[in-house]
Amino acid sequence: MKIHEYQAKQILRDAGVAVPRSVVVETAEEAAAAFEELGGPLAVVKAQIHAGGRGKGTVKDHPDQRGVQLVRSGGEAATVAGNLLGRLLVTIQTGPAGKTVQKVLVEEGCQIARELYLGIVVDRARTRPVLMVSSEGGVEIEEVAAQTPEKIFYEPFDPQAGLDAYQARKLAARLRLPPGSLRSAVPFMQRLCRVFVDQDCSLAEINPLVVSPAGDLLALDAKMTFDDNALYRHADLAALRDLSEEEPAELQAADAGLSYVKLDGNIGCLVNGAGLAMSTMDIIKLHGGEPANFLDVGGGANVEQVTEAFRILLGDAHVKAVLVNIFGGIMRCTTIANALIEAARQVGFSVPLVVRLEGTEVEEGRQILADSDVAIVAAKDLTDAAQKVVAAAG
Amino acid sequence: MSILVDKNTRVLCQGITGRVGAFHTRGCLDYGTQVVAGVTPGKAGQEVEGVPVFDTVVEAVESTGCNASMIFVPPAFTADAILEAVDAGIDVVVAITEGVPVLDMVRVYQVVKASDSVLIGPNCPGLITPGQCKMGILPGYIHKPGSVGVISRSGTLTYEAVWQLSNVGLGQSTCVGLGGDPIVGTSFIDLLQMFQADDDTEAILMIGEIGGTAEEEAAKYIAQHVTKPVAAFIAGRTAPPGKRMGHAGAIISGGKGTAADKIAALQTAGIEVAESPADMGTAVQRAMGAAGSV
Repeated sequence: MKIHEYQAKQILRDAGVAVPRSVVVETAEEAAAAFEELGGPLAVVKAQIHAGGRGKGTVKDHPDQRGVQLVRSGGEAATVAGNLLGRLLVTIQTGPAGKTVQKVLVEEGCQIARELYLGIVVDRARTRPVLMVSSEGGVEIEEVAAQTPEKIFYEPFDPQAGLDAYQARKLAARLRLPPGSLRSAVPFMQRLCRVFVDQDCSLAEINPLVVSPAGDLLALDAKMTFDDNALYRHADLAALRDLSEEEPAELQAADAGLSYVKLDGNIGCLVNGAGLAMSTMDIIKLHGGEPANFLDVGGGANVEQVTEAFRILLGDAHVKAVLVNIFGGIMRCTTIANALIEAARQVGFSVPLVVRLEGTEVEEGRQILADSDVAIVAAKDLTDAAQKVVAAAG
Repeated sequence: MSILVDKNTRVLCQGITGRVGAFHTRGCLDYGTQVVAGVTPGKAGQEVEGVPVFDTVVEAVESTGCNASMIFVPPAFTADAILEAVDAGIDVVVAITEGVPVLDMVRVYQVVKASDSVLIGPNCPGLITPGQCKMGILPGYIHKPGSVGVISRSGTLTYEAVWQLSNVGLGQSTCVGLGGDPIVGTSFIDLLQMFQADDDTEAILMIGEIGGTAEEEAAKYIAQHVTKPVAAFIAGRTAPPGKRMGHAGAIISGGKGTAADKIAALQTAGIEVAESPADMGTAVQRAMGAAGSV
């Protein structure tokens, strides 16, 4: 689960991690008032959307307005907020459609001596959380990793014990922070690692992490995502979810217990199991088609779920044909065949449907489909299915 | 021989009184697996499918001599169930449960590695030595006894692979589903080592997917330590970056974990990589043919 920058900064503030003072607002008037409240000679107005690249991103139909802008008066804050609120912001991560800005953060300006990078993830290879830092702040860490991997430093830590003080000092030394920075840097890093564990984060990223002329560390930006599997023990975090930031069809699927990811092609896929679902997308592409989605109905799909899956697939106007690929293991092919017929009846089919069934009770399942009045193109194996659906989609 | 489990394995089911646990206990018994005990805290004295239920794993071990456990408890209790099995000295712990928080697994992983137990999963279909012992949710009937070792991060894709193998006349020594989570108890390398040492395994099929670097590490290991023919398939070459493809582990992030990287690493190590998921069975045939073992 993703959250907004202003929400992440509140979590950090509560945990004693240094962040600039700021006010989140929803109107231009509130933005002006926030500027006055912060009381500084300058402030930064930042669009709140679930995507990076805001500083270089521009408002659709208003290409002069960027997603992050420095302002020097309440009036200027109001103008910038007015340009952003309710408009679509297009960044490198949003795609050409952009995302609607519903809130902006008005944040006090700060003095910057250096900009660094700091991030925490669970590293699979090291099988534990890892704190990563780099002197190359403000740029995409992927670029640093690709171009100059020697500029990134890692410290794995035990979730129970947290980051040890010597580890924070070691990283501070690697970053060539002045000795006076340690009183700020050590608690900053330790508290951030503690937040990561306490809140079951999957990512916590501070980019840029600012060093003030006095040597103190400050989180100028904050990005946090959480482990969906752990949300059951964080009711407070679940409340921070912003459904308007998510793909409606993906939400609809999640509510039905389906795993769905929308893609750009025209062949809808309905598959049981994530690995087989990815492979089905792959084989469609291999035979010259483009998958419209990833959709895993799971191991024990019922009629309701299959029906909902068809609704989602056919709700995508780009879909010109649908491929159902089921390898019934625990799930019986007879169950899925009956569900397919029922779903086809309820939803109504406007595009060709290619079905490949294999596994438990396959003969009976194929017979059920053959005896039904639903127009189905039967496929004998994966390759046959892919060729038929690609042909059907034109 | 085979790896991890055989006809002498005495199986425990943790979570046996739940709907899913009871259902798959029946399935494993039907396959011929010796399921000798179940555990659900507070349900001692009951029987499920004729199998006695205990409150704790240690009591189950003392009463029945069980030495392997399959875990079907809900995600919030899975870490505890694994730790209890390891503490009781269970040799092979198989966690089927999907949805375990990743930080729970960080702790469990350290404990498992410091013990003599092997953990398979979580979020996996289980493992099977065809004709001898099935632990988990795999459909038994598609498997045939034979000499191909199968290692996979996936569930139904593994069934597809096994079905293709059986169709081309290649039986399996043991098939293991590693699980689709970022942190799982057993890696490709752990199992490659076991299959290389197993006299009954002549060839190995490994099925990977996008996310992480486990396949790249496995490729390096194979180049140095595995003399048996290996074939592979990687799922997700059409998956876009930043989108999680169902499994918690299946995501291309930070430019790492792409199918192209993995396929290149495997091919560099001399492994026969199936281009199409319809070609996994024949890829094993080609690998065995090239090695002169068919």
